[in-house]
Amino acid sequence: MIQLSHTDLVLSALLVLALALSSMRIYPGIARQLLVAALRTAIQLTLVGLVLKALFANSNLLWVALISLLMLLIAGREVMARQHRRFAGRWGYSIGVVSMFVSSFTVALFALLVVVGNQPWYQPQYAIPLLGMLLGNTMNGIALALDRLTQSAWEQRAVIEARLVLGHSALDAMTDIRRQVFRSGLIPIINAMAAAGIVSLPGMMTGQILAGAEPVEAVKYQILIMFLIAGGAGFGTMAAVHLGVRRLFDARQRLRLDRLQR
Amino acid sequence: MPLFEVRHLSRSGLSDLSFSLAPGELVCLSGPSGSGKTLLLRALADLDVSSGQVSLGALGREQIEPQAWRRRVGYLPAESRWWAPLVGDHFPASQQAMFSQLGFGEEVAGWHVERLSSGERQRLALARLLANEPEVLLLDEPTANLDPVNTIKVEGIVRAWLQAHRAACLWVTHDQAQTARIADRVLVLDSTGLLEAAA
Repeated sequence: MIQLSHTDLVLSALLVLALALSSMRIYPGIARQLLVAALRTAIQLTLVGLVLKALFANSNLLWVALISLLMLLIAGREVMARQHRRFAGRWGYSIGVVSMFVSSFTVALFALLVVVGNQPWYQPQYAIPLLGMLLGNTMNGIALALDRLTQSAWEQRAVIEARLVLGHSALDAMTDIRRQVFRSGLIPIINAMAAAGIVSLPGMMTGQILAGAEPVEAVKYQILIMFLIAGGAGFGTMAAVHLGVRRLFDARQRLRLDRLQR
Repeated sequence: MPLFEVRHLSRSGLSDLSFSLAPGELVCLSGPSGSGKTLLLRALADLDVSSGQVSLGALGREQIEPQAWRRRVGYLPAESRWWAPLVGDHFPASQQAMFSQLGFGEEVAGWHVERLSSGERQRLALARLLANEPEVLLLDEPTANLDPVNTIKVEGIVRAWLQAHRAACLWVTHDQAQTARIADRVLVLDSTGLLEAAA
């Protein structure tokens, strides 16, 4: 593996800088956002690198659990922030966190214990990157799905209530919306799987190959990861839709848009 | 004993309303716009949260499952909504006999909802509601989009329905001539609450 020097990174940063400078005049707002985001990437990833180095040096279940929990809570904030009309109060946060917890953590445990089968199973080199990829993708699916769910309920209130007044159950009245919402949560991973290798080389596999891994081995890991992500994102979206729909209706099956933030 | 009884009903926008409907009775509800007529119907259909007692026969609303409640206390909103492309998708096959009573042929089941006129939509929405065989009808300006001929037709259908099924109806209308034609009793909703007026 060819070691990257600091100069190499500075050279690549020049590309971003050049983009920012050349777009500064026409798109000043975007140029600024681009620079801030690039700076955040550098700082955040450097810090994560240091944390992971320390973590890998002493593989301790408690530390792994603590870092995982932190990642989950931050992902929960992100899901909430991406919603146009989120559930008011603690529900806005907890639907995302609970859905990600049941899906990402279960799939990560399954991968670590059954598929990878490392000793000890919580070895941080495997556990943290796996969970990170799962959480990142599950978070996307859940955020898209919840955003679509609350937005559709808001916009299609009259249709939902037209079905309720005819004696349909809340679940029946939401059939079409639930279908669209589940689809929107799964579309990113379906597209990624369909295009993998033909249109794009997935990032993880590319990274492994650049770092000197055998391509066939890298591909095996990539396939594993994509299947795990599909499972995590799919079950996570399913859980989020289930919890979201439940929260949208009360015990008398009334559509409760007052439970959303205005 | 009244068929449908409302006691001390309150919700956001309305407070402490009481009235009842007898079997076979058609009561017209009028009042200035913004007085809360639609809010009242929505609360009675249990679409919005309200307090007070609402009962159907001997049973309180809480004793009846929400889906059953909404079938038995049928609410027709002022504007009908459709969720599938064809008219027939909104009716169970066994209930398509309703079409002929409202002046449609059987082929209406294959019509596209988006090609219906507003009058056709309104009449079909009423047919869709009656297909549930409700005991109480809550109609929000059901003839607002209809021409005089169809207005009279719908009035006749509802009247016949009430007599045949011993059902009761609360009918929101602004039309005084209509009120004079159909009402057994008139209620007026204004800022002071519900008032009984002469029919």
